[in-house]
Amino acid sequence: MGDLGWIFISTLLINNFVLAYFLGLCPFLGVSNKLEVSFRLGLATIFVMVVTALCAWVLNTYVLIYAPYLRLISFIVVIASVVQLIEMAIKKLSPTLFRALGIFLPLITTNCAILGLAIFATNKGYGLWEGLVYALGAGMGFTLAIVLMAGLRQECEKTMEMPKLIRGFAFNMIISGILSMAFMGFAGLFSSS
Amino acid sequence: MAKEQHAYEEFMKGLWRENPVFVQVLGLCPLLAVTNSAINGLAMGLASFFVLLGSSILVSLLKKHIPKQVRISCFIIIIATFVTVVDYSLAAMLPVLHKELGAFIPLIVCNCLILGRMEAFASRNTLRMSIADAFGMGAGFLYALVALGGAREILGVGEFFGISLFGPNFDPWVIMILPPGGFITLGVMLLFFNWIEQRKINLDKQIAAEEGAN
Repeated sequence: MGDLGWIFISTLLINNFVLAYFLGLCPFLGVSNKLEVSFRLGLATIFVMVVTALCAWVLNTYVLIYAPYLRLISFIVVIASVVQLIEMAIKKLSPTLFRALGIFLPLITTNCAILGLAIFATNKGYGLWEGLVYALGAGMGFTLAIVLMAGLRQECEKTMEMPKLIRGFAFNMIISGILSMAFMGFAGLFSSS
Repeated sequence: MAKEQHAYEEFMKGLWRENPVFVQVLGLCPLLAVTNSAINGLAMGLASFFVLLGSSILVSLLKKHIPKQVRISCFIIIIATFVTVVDYSLAAMLPVLHKELGAFIPLIVCNCLILGRMEAFASRNTLRMSIADAFGMGAGFLYALVALGGAREILGVGEFFGISLFGPNFDPWVIMILPPGGFITLGVMLLFFNWIEQRKINLDKQIAAEEGAN
């Protein structure tokens, strides 16, 4: 159990997918201008990541031992189709949930954080439970990062007089740099134990 | 002759005017993740270049046979095939470098720059034009990676391509080779590009105003 907890904290804070591995930067920079939208995107990402971890485990255990060179292609194809299926199911079963998360689901599938999660989990040799906890940590880490970023951006736009030159991507990159520096502080959490 | 000119333009636009990194801000994940040294940046740049060129050629040749509804999936499978080729060849030829780049070689698949070029260019243009475009965009991405990797390596360890620059008294800024350094370096470079663009616009305005006065 201690092992699972360690995996969770480590991916949530120390090896945060966005701020330490630079995965999922497109939505992180693109969709982080409104707090509420970015929170919903985060929830959808957690969901897709857990599904991905499940798919990756199934593929790794039953299919890819026979054909390891198909890893990349099968990950992409299977994850994309499973997410598509789930999207249809949600649309049918719960329209409310679909309105909240639905539009994001197909977008997230082509996000490098999702494929990154599948590949990292495989490289680390995680089993089913470890993989699921890893996915949960990574998804929540992504949500944490994007919500923080959205909050910072909203506040900065409201209160600061920025010169025209720095507006847009350059400013966002520098905020992310500072945020990433703050997250580096968490590395000290476990170094002694 | 006119066609020659056209292909040349497609090539040049990737280098500066529509540079994938500094102007379009695409393909950030591999860009920031592997550029803690110039050599890693170069390797990632060459790998992406190869994938972009290969898939551009294939997509451009197959564009009549790919049904419109499933084109994105087809592009991704083509890209993933080339990435697998690169991944396995690097693992066989340059195992040390492959280990250093690690999971980021497979992640070239998700580089939105490559999928973007397939969708926006290669699936609509002739083979010739697509090759020119792939060369331009690939080269633009390559030099951005090397510039970023170089800047971070020089500041972070005081070396460039592994050659020591400042002698033993240099106190390296370790933060530059850590993740925050990547964000901040790119932020500063984007600022620099914005500044050049702004200056050009202002200059053009000034010239127009002077011509108007004359």
